[in-house]
Amino acid sequence: MALRPAAVAAALAFLDGARFSWIMATETPGAGVAAGLAVSSDLVSRAWVARLRHSGAEREAAAAELHGLLLRTARFEIERRRATFSHLYGADLEDLAWQSADDALMSILRRLSDFRGDSRFTTWACKFAILEAGVKVRRHAWRGREIPLAPAFWPVVADAGPGPQQHAEARDLLWALREEVERLTVRQREVFVAIALNDVPIDVLAERLDTTRGALYKTLHDARRKLRTALAARGLGIDLGEQP
Amino acid sequence: MTANTPDDARLLAACLLGPEGPELSCEECFDVLDAYVERELAAADPDAALPAMRAHLAGCSACREDHDSLLALLRNGFGA
Ligand SMILES: [Zn+2]
Repeated sequence: MALRPAAVAAALAFLDGARFSWIMATETPGAGVAAGLAVSSDLVSRAWVARLRHSGAEREAAAAELHGLLLRTARFEIERRRATFSHLYGADLEDLAWQSADDALMSILRRLSDFRGDSRFTTWACKFAILEAGVKVRRHAWRGREIPLAPAFWPVVADAGPGPQQHAEARDLLWALREEVERLTVRQREVFVAIALNDVPIDVLAERLDTTRGALYKTLHDARRKLRTALAARGLGIDLGEQP
Repeated sequence: MTANTPDDARLLAACLLGPEGPELSCEECFDVLDAYVERELAAADPDAALPAMRAHLAGCSACREDHDSLLALLRNGFGA
C-alpha cells in the first residue's frame, strides 16, 4: 500500500506530542473515497472516511473525535486485562492507554484505504486500539521477567487415576508428546514450550525474539502439526470428538 | 499440571496441540475481525463464511483476547 504523505505527516505530528495540532493535508477533499468503500458501507462510515480524507479543520476535528473513541477503547481493553495483571497501576495504565490510542490512530490513518466497509468504520477503528492496548499491557506486565523457553514442568498423570490400563494410556500419551517435542527444531521447540506450555503471551515472545505475532504463530502452527502427525504415527490420536 | 484421567490427558494434549484443520493466520484474523464480530452480534453465523476463523481463535490466545474484547466493547455500546 502506498502511504499517503499528508496522513503520515499528520500522524507523526500527533505522535510528536502536538496532540490535535495537525499538519494540514493538501489533497482534494473526498478523493478516492468511493473506490475504497464497498457498497454495503453505511453512511456514517462513509462520512468518517471522507472527513479523515478531507483537509483543514474538518480533518483535524475528525481525527480528534476518532482519537477520543480510540482512547476510550484502549481504556476499556486495559481495564479488562488488569484482572490478569494485577500489579499494574493507574498512572502506568493511563499512559499505556494514550500510547495505544496514538499508535492506533497512526495505523488507521496509514491504512485508511484498507477499510472496505465490511463493518462499521468505528468497529474497524476500535480493533486497532484493542490490538495496541492488548499488546502494550502484556509487554508492560512482562517487562523484566525472564521468558521460559525450556519446559518449567511437564504435565503428569495423577497416581490415583482410574484403572491401571487407563492410567498407562494417559501416561503414554503425555510421554510420547514430550518425546516428540524434543524432536522439533530448536526454534519450534522454544516457541511451542514458551507459548503452549508456559503460557508466555505471543506478543511478549515476539518482542524478545525480534519478530512478529504472525511469524511466531506460523512457527507454533508448524510445530503443532508436526506433533500431531508424529503422535498419529504412533497410534496416539487425540480425537476429542467424543469428549463432552 | 496434572491429568487425572485418560480423557484429561487427551484434553490437555489437544489444548497444547491446538485446532486441527485449516486456520487463518494472525494477520488474516485481524483483517476480518471487525466484520466477524459484527456478524456475531447480528446473530448471523460468522463461521459459515469464515470457518477457518474459529479454528484460529481456538489456537491463538492473543487473537482470541482481541476478539473477545471487541465483542465485549460493542456489547457495551462503544463504537456506536
Ligand atoms: Zn493469532
